[in-house]
Amino acid sequence: MFDTSIKLALTLSQIGAVMGVVLLTVAVLTLLERKVLSWMQDRMGPMEVGPYGVLQPVADGLKLFFKEDIIPAGANKIMFSLAPILVLVPALIGFAVIPFGPNWTIDVMGVEFKPFVISDINIGVLYILAFASIGAYGVILGGWASNSKYSLLGGLRSAAQLISYELNVGLAIVGVLLLAGSLSLVEITEAQAGGFWNWFAFDPVPFPQFIAFVIFLIASVAETNRLPFDLPEAESELVAGFFTEYSGMRFAFFFMAEYANMILVSCMSTVLFFGGWHAPLPFLQAPGMFAWVTGIFWFTAKVYFFLFLFFWIRATLPRLRYDQLMRFGWKVLLPIALGNIVVTSVLAYIFPN
Amino acid sequence: MATFVFLYFAAVIVMAASLVVLVRNPIYSALSLLVMFFHVAGLYVTLHAEFLAAIQIIVYAGAILVLYLFVVMLLNVKREEQFNRQGPVALFLGVVLLTEAVLLTVSRGFTVGAPEPGREGAAVGNTESIGEVLYSTYLFPFEIASLILLVAMIGAVILSKKGIMESK
Repeated sequence: MFDTSIKLALTLSQIGAVMGVVLLTVAVLTLLERKVLSWMQDRMGPMEVGPYGVLQPVADGLKLFFKEDIIPAGANKIMFSLAPILVLVPALIGFAVIPFGPNWTIDVMGVEFKPFVISDINIGVLYILAFASIGAYGVILGGWASNSKYSLLGGLRSAAQLISYELNVGLAIVGVLLLAGSLSLVEITEAQAGGFWNWFAFDPVPFPQFIAFVIFLIASVAETNRLPFDLPEAESELVAGFFTEYSGMRFAFFFMAEYANMILVSCMSTVLFFGGWHAPLPFLQAPGMFAWVTGIFWFTAKVYFFLFLFFWIRATLPRLRYDQLMRFGWKVLLPIALGNIVVTSVLAYIFPN
Repeated sequence: MATFVFLYFAAVIVMAASLVVLVRNPIYSALSLLVMFFHVAGLYVTLHAEFLAAIQIIVYAGAILVLYLFVVMLLNVKREEQFNRQGPVALFLGVVLLTEAVLLTVSRGFTVGAPEPGREGAAVGNTESIGEVLYSTYLFPFEIASLILLVAMIGAVILSKKGIMESK
């Protein structure tokens, strides 16, 4: 019983810490996105709140807290309230299997404890994919329950888009799974130790997964409803898509879920294709006791690089049309992903590690 | 503890499954199906079949049910226009299945409890064991399943591309 309570306390504090960091990152990202976009468009971005505008997320959060919560007439109240939760929970729950530091096991009063991953389950990749697919429900139900045609159209678009691009995310990962021989994110990271030439995106033998990475990136931009794939919320066509009718904290939930999903996808790219916590060159990794410092540093650096990439893509590319989106997903990405699986498995059979 | 968890999952599965057919609103129906899928997945986890649990959610909850919802919303079914005319057939099948279940329970002796987890599951990762069994013992059924899927794919292409079969 004592062991169980210690384990529970450790796990709960770990979950608290990870959630804290993720939500803090979400707050930082709301400002960072506006700043990065501004710099790319030769503007200053938010400058009023605090020095250089750094307190803008606090102001935004307060504003959303005190806004009136409106439920539109004719809306289905239960579904309308349930939808934001159904979007946010799957976005946050995926972080449970992300390893963000070295795979150490320490002994706390007789209980084995992994400090840098909440739960190392043997189907980590599938776990994340499963919950990512649940996020679609919130979007569809939110669109349907709002009793508004813009919302409904946004929800329908998003359903079609998520189903189409989920497949590409899954298939892009298969190559990595073939090379790592495991579905556990910890083991996948361990398989990429020792410099950037061992990362799956670049590893020349048997086959670099760079194409798979590009497919994964494109499909995950679509899955997170970001530009250029933000058709479910296309401002110029659907006002704001599936969350047109939402206000106050319910709207904030959708907003936070989008950013949390971005972070999750960046973490996944880092772990699956770019070596997770491993340093790009062996001598950049601190030895022994302090390996966790560099581990967390490199992990964070890579995740922020991908987040920057998201902003960069948003600032660069125009939105796709609906039929272009579908054609691109099914007729371009899917065949390339399948081809990558065939080539990878054949080469992995000929040149086993 | 295991029995308690099993009873919880079993009770919710039965209740959610009944709600799927009893609720009038098709959207609520689909949502109770979602709840049921999740609890079936939970049952798989208690049996150490994590791979099946994840696949259950990805395939059924993540893909098939989303398509159901998609269609239900597009059709926008009104309350009066429901297709509830299979009553007699459903009653007949239900009675037959119920008799079967009762007979089986009586003949085996009535016990409540979680079924035993599979033997291989705990030792090796069950993803590996599923892979090995699928490509050795069950290779033939696997090939047949893939053939059927190929036929279905070709069928879908022919149905959606009208005029593809006509010679020019």
